[in-house]
Amino acid sequence: MDDQNTDDLNSLVAQTASRLFGDHMTHALSAAAEEGAFPAGFWTAAEEAGLTLAMVPEAAGGVGLGAEGCAAIIRLAGAHAVPLPLAETMLANRLLVAGGRELGEGILTFAATSGSLSLRREGAGWRLSGVAARVPYGRNAQSLVVVGEEDGAGRLACVPLSAGTLTPGENIAREPRDDVAFDLLLEADAVTQSPFGPAEAERMGAAVRAIALAGALDTVLELTATYVGERVQFGRTLSKFQAVQQQVAILATQTAAAGGAAGLAAQALGEGLAFAPIAAAKVRAGEAAGIAAGIAHQMHGAMGFSYEHQLHFLTKRLWAWREEFGNEAVWSRRLGADVLRRGADDLWPFIAAA
Amino acid sequence: MHHFEFPPAQLPEDAQALRAEVRAFLAETIATRTPLERAQSWIGFDADFSRRMGERGWIAMTWPKAYGGHERTALHRYVVLEEMLAAGAPVAAHWIADRQSGPTLLRYGSAAQRADILPRIATGQCFFCIGMSEPGSGSDLAAARTRAEPVEGGYRVSGTKLWTTYAHEAHYMILLARTAPGERHEGLSQFLVDMKTPGITVRPIVDIAGAHHFNEVHFEDVFLPADSILGNPGDGWKQVMGELAFERSGPERFLSSFTLLKELVRVLADDPREAAQEAVGRLVAHLIVLRRLSTSVAGMLQAGQDPQLDAAVVKDLGALFEQEIPEIARRLVSGEPSLASTSSFLNVLAYTTLNAPSFSLRGGTREILRGIIARGLGLR
Repeated sequence: MDDQNTDDLNSLVAQTASRLFGDHMTHALSAAAEEGAFPAGFWTAAEEAGLTLAMVPEAAGGVGLGAEGCAAIIRLAGAHAVPLPLAETMLANRLLVAGGRELGEGILTFAATSGSLSLRREGAGWRLSGVAARVPYGRNAQSLVVVGEEDGAGRLACVPLSAGTLTPGENIAREPRDDVAFDLLLEADAVTQSPFGPAEAERMGAAVRAIALAGALDTVLELTATYVGERVQFGRTLSKFQAVQQQVAILATQTAAAGGAAGLAAQALGEGLAFAPIAAAKVRAGEAAGIAAGIAHQMHGAMGFSYEHQLHFLTKRLWAWREEFGNEAVWSRRLGADVLRRGADDLWPFIAAA
Repeated sequence: MHHFEFPPAQLPEDAQALRAEVRAFLAETIATRTPLERAQSWIGFDADFSRRMGERGWIAMTWPKAYGGHERTALHRYVVLEEMLAAGAPVAAHWIADRQSGPTLLRYGSAAQRADILPRIATGQCFFCIGMSEPGSGSDLAAARTRAEPVEGGYRVSGTKLWTTYAHEAHYMILLARTAPGERHEGLSQFLVDMKTPGITVRPIVDIAGAHHFNEVHFEDVFLPADSILGNPGDGWKQVMGELAFERSGPERFLSSFTLLKELVRVLADDPREAAQEAVGRLVAHLIVLRRLSTSVAGMLQAGQDPQLDAAVVKDLGALFEQEIPEIARRLVSGEPSLASTSSFLNVLAYTTLNAPSFSLRGGTREILRGIIARGLGLR
């Protein structure tokens, strides 16, 4: 596909996603999702619009959007606080196809081996054992794509969630984050080679959360700028007070920084999952999230602190997503250790190449 | 409401080769420059270095060839600038002429002004200073009181400009003065002023670090010929706002403290402390993202857009970042900052600490920038 066609397709899909999210998202739906009601109709509509296959090439039965198009969907989903495992299913399908497998059916989610979750050879087959921790939408998904490694090479398995024992959990935004315990013997051909190992799967997760953070921040800024323009105190709208203007300007700069971070993450998601841009994106978007959430609530006053207002669906996601797939401390340490190992004279070349 | 997009800017295909060329040039020409000298960043003045940059074609890179320029893209120029700043090259002599005075002349100058001045800037031998601020007119630029009174054959200028960086080295100034009575933004005009004109006195202003970059420039009944007016009489305000936009989004808005970050990485070396790794990693993450935003604005400029708001965002975030570096660095390494220290880290820390307050003052204060951003969001 040439660039023009790609741009057209990206913008068409973004428009479709934006309309779909706008049509379905209501306060009642968000509130019900927090209480555990999965919006199945909304999910089906998103699936029918092709959003879950965005990252899969056309030749493999997908939509074949570029990184920018996929990022646009994830950012919009963040902006609308969509309570669906869209990014997870998109990534799981990408992992499956990259691992030479068929596309998955229905809702998918993914996990990387780490700590207690392992995928090892046993006899003629493989054993998946341990706990996949805080799996997004584990209770709703049909299949879990597990990314492991053997001698440094990626390995991939796809197992039904029903084969594990699920302990429900949630993040601070009350999105499902479930622990799933496995002790399964898998046939030899149930595990295939994958170009992506656990480190890459984690980077994918960090990248999509950085992009989603930027989306949520887009809306937080818009809500805040609108609110201070309408709310009247002391006979003037809040927007006429310099103290308020300066705070909203800071909110805008943080939103812009997260947008830049999302751009870096999107590019890395499309081109080889480079470490530095993804680390930088997760650190910067995560930091922006905390600053922005604080300002947005301050500007909304008590109104924004009520459940009835929609602000909290977004700010709670800011607080949730900045932690997931490694928070600012985790990625800063990794990035800093790498920079210090390379030394002072490689600092600028490293940054200029990121 | 303005929606901040910051689309990615693709560096041109030959950017990598250009970058390598600049690095090789710098390795050769400024090898003996100490970290403390490098820490001066774009305040470091070396006329000989500027002339050599001109010879390499790295000044006036985007201007038409007819004026001595090289007709390369804003992104080629960006690569050269960021390499210069990251290395701590002494670029101050030509910096203002290349960044804003030249582009202002290109846009508003008469044919004669352009033909006379621009080729000389391009060779790195003609330096400019900025005649905007005054004792009573800092952030409130429209309060400028310097008067240029129309007289037979030209104008007679009286008044005082302040904080004029390198006025004592510059060949020309672009002066903002009041040519007609009027409310605030009205009646202001810009002039191209030869600094050798009789009646101009340049007095040094020493800064808190004991250094002399600033000056007070006094105009005592200075006669300027009619053809020294720049652009249209009365359009000074509009022209100045355009000029400031060139000033706000470049790599100099977040690389001023880069030498300190580099020396911090050098002294920490393989420091195993998580706190050190985390602090350095965070700063590097900020830098990578700032560079992304700033190159995006360069791409918008190249595409002919007017990214004033986006530029204000980059400058505000950039200044915060530059000012944070000394505050973070000092807590990671023991020792007290001093310009006289034999430790490069400690003397660079001292230099950067002393200069950091200026980062959110020059080129538009933090409060002014945030006011611009708030206006862009529709708040005012």
